[in-house]
Amino acid sequence: MRPRLAVYKFASCDGCQLQVIDVLGRARPHLGELAELLDIEHFLEARSRIGAGPYDVGLVEGSVSTPHDIERIKEIRQQCRFLVTIGACATAGGIQALRNWGQIDDFLSAVYATPAYIDTLATSDPVAAHVKVDFELRGCPIDPGQLASVISAFCVGRKPRLPGYSVCVECKERGTVCVAVAKGIPCLGPVTQAGCGGICPAHDRECFGCYGPDRQEPNLVSLTGFYERHGANRDSLGRLVQSFNAWAPEFRTEHDRLSGDAP
Amino acid sequence: MQPVWLPRHGLQHLINVLRDRGHRVVGPQVADGAVVYRDLADASLLPTGWLDHQDGGVYRLHHDPRAGTFDHVVGPHSLKNYLFPARETIEAWSRTPDGWQQTTPTYEPEQLAVIGIRGCDLAALAIQDRVFMGGESIDVRYKARREKLFVVAVNCRRAAATCFCHSMGCGPAAGPGFDIALTEVGDRFAIEAATEAGEAVLADITGRVSLVPLTPDEVASVRHVPETLRETMQARVAEEGKPRPRSLDTEKIRELLFENLTHPRWAEVADRCLSCANCTLVCPTCFCSSVGEVTDLTGDEVSRERQWASCFTLEHSQMHGANARPSTASRYRQWLTHKLAGWIDQFGTSGCTGCGRCITWCPVGIDITEEVAAIRESPASSPPLSPS
Amino acid sequence: MTAPPRRASPPRPCIRTPAPEPLAFGRDAWHHHVTRIVAARDEVAGVRTYDLAFRDPDAAAGYVFAPGQFNMLYLPGIGEAAISISSDPRERAFVGHTVKAVGNVTQALERLGAGDEVVLRGPFGTAWPLEELRGRDVVIVTGGVGLASVRSAIFQIIAARGDYGRVAVLFGAKTPAGLIYTDEYDRWRAAGIEVLLTVDEADSNWTGRVGLVTALFDDLDLSPASSGLICCGPEPMMLAVVKRAGAAGIFPGDTYLSMERNMSCAARLCGLCQFGPEFVCRDGPVFPYDRIARFLEIRHL
Repeated sequence: MRPRLAVYKFASCDGCQLQVIDVLGRARPHLGELAELLDIEHFLEARSRIGAGPYDVGLVEGSVSTPHDIERIKEIRQQCRFLVTIGACATAGGIQALRNWGQIDDFLSAVYATPAYIDTLATSDPVAAHVKVDFELRGCPIDPGQLASVISAFCVGRKPRLPGYSVCVECKERGTVCVAVAKGIPCLGPVTQAGCGGICPAHDRECFGCYGPDRQEPNLVSLTGFYERHGANRDSLGRLVQSFNAWAPEFRTEHDRLSGDAP
Repeated sequence: MQPVWLPRHGLQHLINVLRDRGHRVVGPQVADGAVVYRDLADASLLPTGWLDHQDGGVYRLHHDPRAGTFDHVVGPHSLKNYLFPARETIEAWSRTPDGWQQTTPTYEPEQLAVIGIRGCDLAALAIQDRVFMGGESIDVRYKARREKLFVVAVNCRRAAATCFCHSMGCGPAAGPGFDIALTEVGDRFAIEAATEAGEAVLADITGRVSLVPLTPDEVASVRHVPETLRETMQARVAEEGKPRPRSLDTEKIRELLFENLTHPRWAEVADRCLSCANCTLVCPTCFCSSVGEVTDLTGDEVSRERQWASCFTLEHSQMHGANARPSTASRYRQWLTHKLAGWIDQFGTSGCTGCGRCITWCPVGIDITEEVAAIRESPASSPPLSPS
Repeated sequence: MTAPPRRASPPRPCIRTPAPEPLAFGRDAWHHHVTRIVAARDEVAGVRTYDLAFRDPDAAAGYVFAPGQFNMLYLPGIGEAAISISSDPRERAFVGHTVKAVGNVTQALERLGAGDEVVLRGPFGTAWPLEELRGRDVVIVTGGVGLASVRSAIFQIIAARGDYGRVAVLFGAKTPAGLIYTDEYDRWRAAGIEVLLTVDEADSNWTGRVGLVTALFDDLDLSPASSGLICCGPEPMMLAVVKRAGAAGIFPGDTYLSMERNMSCAARLCGLCQFGPEFVCRDGPVFPYDRIARFLEIRHL
């Protein structure tokens, strides 16, 4: 029997779901029609028909940001045998986790005419803060090739193999000259998980950490210290680590250290 | 063969002859702020007038009208990028009614000619030859590429502050292993062939531009070019406002490192090290690799991709349920001791050629010569290493 | 037939430009044989033995291994794993591997059965020093699935039983349910091999020893000076055994360990299995203890 797939959205921009559609709907060299290997049972962005759970694989986009989200993600966890979070929002809270540094009531009164109607959490949380996650697919957005390889690994019965190294490896693989060393541009590549293929440095700009902190002891203090000694401004370094994966623990800690908020 | 003079405009003839003989020609060019190797059809693309300033974690190019064509030194690329590419498919398998069949296409690499190879990188080539072709089991794809390689070497007349080839016995003169070597003098190049293929190329050039033999005095003075540089490097005199040139004391270095595996310096360098793998990727001798499976969704069509691996990643040392080197300190120690000590047991040579790339392209400027010097300065008192 | 373990060559003078070497004519590191599973049987929960027969008869005829060596078993699309050979070296019909399902490949193997194909490369690595141990007493110490890697040595010793003195197998498992090859112990004993067992945790039926495998040395009447020791198990266990054997008087140079590291190419080309200056795939997996002693002491080497 073909694995039954469900795709869910939480607080997010839908970009990762578009990547899922891209993968499911397009024949890729070497991959064939992914959609033919799976039964898509629940994917509101792509189709209105909903097949009843439980499902074999669940893909979750977006961060948990309301009390209702918490209930919903718990229900989804029960429905999905293999739960995969996709993208920076689901794995680290996303860009919206910038609110975690502020006061939620201030935002509510600044944005909404009647804040009393708004029922929200004070923080934007990664899914794993609320339920057990079987696999995390990082990126903003996720890489279609990685998604396809995770799904094909699931179908074939092997462990998904994702890069366990920094973005620098991908830059060197494609022959990109290091923007940090050759141009003095502060770049998060050395402390960021690979996966994007090293896109930004290949276009002459810094890595800003879409794939989150490298899985193995990312040494942010050493890196930002070097950039600072070579003329980078401390505030701009703080902003560099405070983007799509701002709430990822290593980036968060470094931001707070640089801004003097560290405990 | 007697060296001959090739005028500067003769470089184009060199490129043309190599192309006419069926080589893909690759040479140094300025791109993205560095001198890198790229396909080269036009000699005007060579980095004439460009100099590189290199230091720990820093590489900057600047134009200097006095600089020659090859007065830059090594950039981030090396022959490794061509002979041992970062990623390649090594096998293909298909599931058929008769079981698994290997469907790997016959491998026919191109004839490659690379211009601008320095002494350090020639030494690196010889080291990788030992690694990939020197044992009972060999990398047949490397060997196929190697047999089709044509090397145009260059004798250095300038060094970056990160260069320490003189310490490793690998330069600045281009050692053996080239087909043709160039030494830049004024507006022309002394050019000599060391192989039959090299002589054939020179013969073809002779038909297009006149090559005047060097007089014995000129030969002597050309030979002196890298020698003069060696003396300068050994003197370690810094130009004003420039970093002090590197050197590395290799005296009993195998013993020094293996007797200091618990030295506190490893933990100290781990505070700076990012474990990002850049040093291993730019190193022209680092040879680790891993193989990954790529399948179609049915799993019936399989290819196996060999990809550069690095001892700075956890994957490198992963075993069932445990990791042999879980800390940055242990991984940095693995890299440095392998490069400078273990390599000697394994291949009868150091794994370091003194090219300095690992210093320049380390995002935080960790300096292999400095790390060794720190250990040498306060060696631990562990038992001496036996000679075998 | 047994290949003696290679010894470290003396260090050569270093640090100069190596001269270009003539192009070698070694064999392709990825040279392989397709095999079929002819039998797959459960040893204990999570541990199975797979007997593999070569698809190509010429490959079968040319395949010779020595006890202690390993093969790389490859499942296309899944991956490749290093597995020690556990069958009788004189057996020509198949090559046996006892596998604990702990990783990607070994778990996928569990889903296969008789008739399924496995791609095999090998044999690789150094062997147990069975030639050097002729005429001497042999102590074999293993833990868990480590017994698989010495089983082929036991076959070979039994085949030439008269060439060896006293032979003892000291084997420890976590629980009685983890003891593999239980139906073979009687045959080993009948051949004059002492088989001493221990478990970390007993169950209600267990009447034997409880405790570490090192404790079994207490039950052994050793002639240390004439004994050789071969040992395979997790590193901390081997270190404890080496210490206990040393205390009993067995010389470090007569002690042999089978090491484990990350294996990928098994041909010393990929660099992943390095342990100090050693490539475990080529210089090991079997090492004389004195060759690697100083590196075993270093944490996270």
